[in-house]
Amino acid sequence: MITSLSPFVGAAVVRRLPVRAGIGLKPEHFREILAAAPDVGFFEIHAENYMVDGGPFHHYLSRIRERYPLSIHGVGLSIGGESPLNDDHLDRLATLLDRYQPESFSEHLAWAGHGEVFLNDLLPVPYHAATLARVCSHIDRVQDRLRRRMLLENPATYVEFSASTMAETEFIAEIVRRTGCGLLLDVNNVYVSCVNHGRNPYDYIRALPLDPVAEIHLAGFAREVDAAGDPLLIDSHGAPVAQAVWDLYRYALEALGPVPTLIERDNDIPALSVLLDEAHQAERMLHGIDRHSREARA
Amino acid sequence: MTDQQDFAEALLAAESTFPPGLSTWNGSDPGRRFAVYRNNVIVSLIDALADTYPVTQELVGAEFFRAMAFQFIQKNPPRSPLLAFYGEDLAAFIETFPPAASVPYLADIARLEMLQVQAYHAADAAPLDAGEISQLLANEPELPRVSFTLHPSLGILRSRHAVVSLWAAHQTDDVTAALAEIAPNTAEAALVLRAGLDVEISRIPVGSAAFIAHLQQGLAFAAAAQQASAADPEFNLAAALCLLIQGDAITSVSLSTTP
Repeated sequence: MITSLSPFVGAAVVRRLPVRAGIGLKPEHFREILAAAPDVGFFEIHAENYMVDGGPFHHYLSRIRERYPLSIHGVGLSIGGESPLNDDHLDRLATLLDRYQPESFSEHLAWAGHGEVFLNDLLPVPYHAATLARVCSHIDRVQDRLRRRMLLENPATYVEFSASTMAETEFIAEIVRRTGCGLLLDVNNVYVSCVNHGRNPYDYIRALPLDPVAEIHLAGFAREVDAAGDPLLIDSHGAPVAQAVWDLYRYALEALGPVPTLIERDNDIPALSVLLDEAHQAERMLHGIDRHSREARA
Repeated sequence: MTDQQDFAEALLAAESTFPPGLSTWNGSDPGRRFAVYRNNVIVSLIDALADTYPVTQELVGAEFFRAMAFQFIQKNPPRSPLLAFYGEDLAAFIETFPPAASVPYLADIARLEMLQVQAYHAADAAPLDAGEISQLLANEPELPRVSFTLHPSLGILRSRHAVVSLWAAHQTDDVTAALAEIAPNTAEAALVLRAGLDVEISRIPVGSAAFIAHLQQGLAFAAAAQQASAADPEFNLAAALCLLIQGDAITSVSLSTTP
């Protein structure tokens, strides 16, 4: 599917993330990155962590940003929220994007707060006409305010809602059709959610619109069981990427072609070299697909 | 009640519960699954507080701290997606939390640690150059009416307890030995200031702390010095100025219209 007219005519020249693997930027690694200048495709930050006035976070980010492409990933906009979007937060986001000019900006199909309260988690949304309209109007507002196309990330979920009338893939496809946003395909989230809800993750990827996918996330999960003894996977971002997720990633790449890919790690942060090794593993798969698709075209 | 209001209230409820309207593919109890969200919210917020307040946590132990943090979170959930400064009101909560009463300096240690986080993320600002400062200090007729703008990272804490010594003891390898040297009920004052990329916490005389705090609130030089002498008969103006100058803490000056 090709999205029609971009509503962001007049926006700054669009630069894209390189078709390489990147890693999350962690304060633990700031100095080492500047000293060692590792060969990595890009860095991704959580927007909210850098919404501070000054100090070391901006000191290091501005130096790292001079040397590497950057993706800014929001976790606090609450696009799926019943509450109106927080205009102050949107302004802070605009300021941050203006300052760092990232190649990509993404947020989640989730809500993170209600009323005045911020809950600091990515919470699930029922999939029906009313929530669809609300999410789309929030995305329209975000894209208008930021004057750029955003990528929307598919969620990892642990419960579903009896009020839902649409499949998640159908819901996401409709958001893309109505808002022109791009997608951030979190392959770990696909795997986690499909296992948690008894679905086939390969079917899920086949059901998504793939043209708008502009970034992939890979991460690790934790294993628990639900009250019936069935597996319940937790999107922990605290472990290496699991083999089942690498397999699904390979399948997604075959369908999508090569796409910038992030290794996400937010808990139990390992040494920089460990994250770089995972990024290189992703990059070998990316390039393998690249070669494969070039050969197929030849 | 809206759906998300139900959901949000169940996330922060004291007892494990779950909102209506959830379904599961295998008919299993949704409560177990909802508990994942509850756990994510509560644990991530407790962890955020533990990151901000490491010495506060050490003073009471992780188990006590986390139980206290859980109660704090239920009463004071975050009001902003910016979690760096979440828990600014933890010190005030500690003062009203009876189980913490046996550690009378706990709230001030928490205040000191929040000042440290605020200093870390405060705006950058260039200091006034040394030449301008000496010129100013030599200008005796105008000096009393001069107001100072201090570095955005600067924080002052005046405590009835030995907050700086207690905090510093927790930065050493042998905390128990270091604590044995301290009389906790000695009044101390702290200067919190970012130097380059590092936040420094130093013990300063009570009078200097009063002087700097009054300057920070906008009082002119003479009035701040007067307040400082009232707070501490041993107030040493030269030493207090020296702290500010050596710390690159003066970023601009202006002449007040009122003395």
